[in-house]
Amino acid sequence: MAVKLVFLGRLADLAGAPDRDVAGPLDWAGLLAALPGALGEAVQGAKVRVAVDGVVLTAKEALAAPDGAEVALLPPVSGG
Amino acid sequence: MRDVRLVDQPFNPGQLVGPFSNANPGLGGICTFVGEVRGDAGVEALELLHYERLTLPGMQALADEAMARFDLMGLLIVHRVGIMQPGEPIVLVSAAARHRRESIQAVDFAMDHLKSDAWFWKRERRGGEWFWIEPREQDHSDLARWTN
Repeated sequence: MAVKLVFLGRLADLAGAPDRDVAGPLDWAGLLAALPGALGEAVQGAKVRVAVDGVVLTAKEALAAPDGAEVALLPPVSGG
Repeated sequence: MRDVRLVDQPFNPGQLVGPFSNANPGLGGICTFVGEVRGDAGVEALELLHYERLTLPGMQALADEAMARFDLMGLLIVHRVGIMQPGEPIVLVSAAARHRRESIQAVDFAMDHLKSDAWFWKRERRGGEWFWIEPREQDHSDLARWTN
């Protein structure tokens, strides 16, 4: 099983793809290890939020995604 | 009635407001805002991206919050996603109420949240290149007006 990472907005540009599978389960240290370079730095930005299976985490460092989960990386929003 | 839609094709605001008005018999006032892609110099297209698992549920929660906060009879929120040309509608918010101020404030509230507190990502194409658009400081201060 794997965890599916979904990159939104400019994070998809940095990742070079809208999503990517990584080995699960996944915690915050595991996520950063899976995302070296500019992408990993961007994900650590204070304005980037993280959601697991459609639920936004209040503290992304507490990430604990089980096998099969979908982890979305959400940069600052802009609508309307 | 609460009607919240995410659409990936152009929509005609006039065709939506009439039926919405008819669906709220006895209303005293209806306020509608339509946002369109601004014809800024050099902007060739605008793209709005969303995230299936958050965007529509978030818009529905926003509509519920507006219905609870203001004395409304009905609220209609329609938001485009996908690639748009200048002049195309992006967003429509229409609120029906017994009295005008509730409808006007509900639309203002919903728009401030859609601009900088809803799950959308916006980019524009200039000179053949895409540029991500982040909220302006004004958008954050507009949103902060509703927190007390």
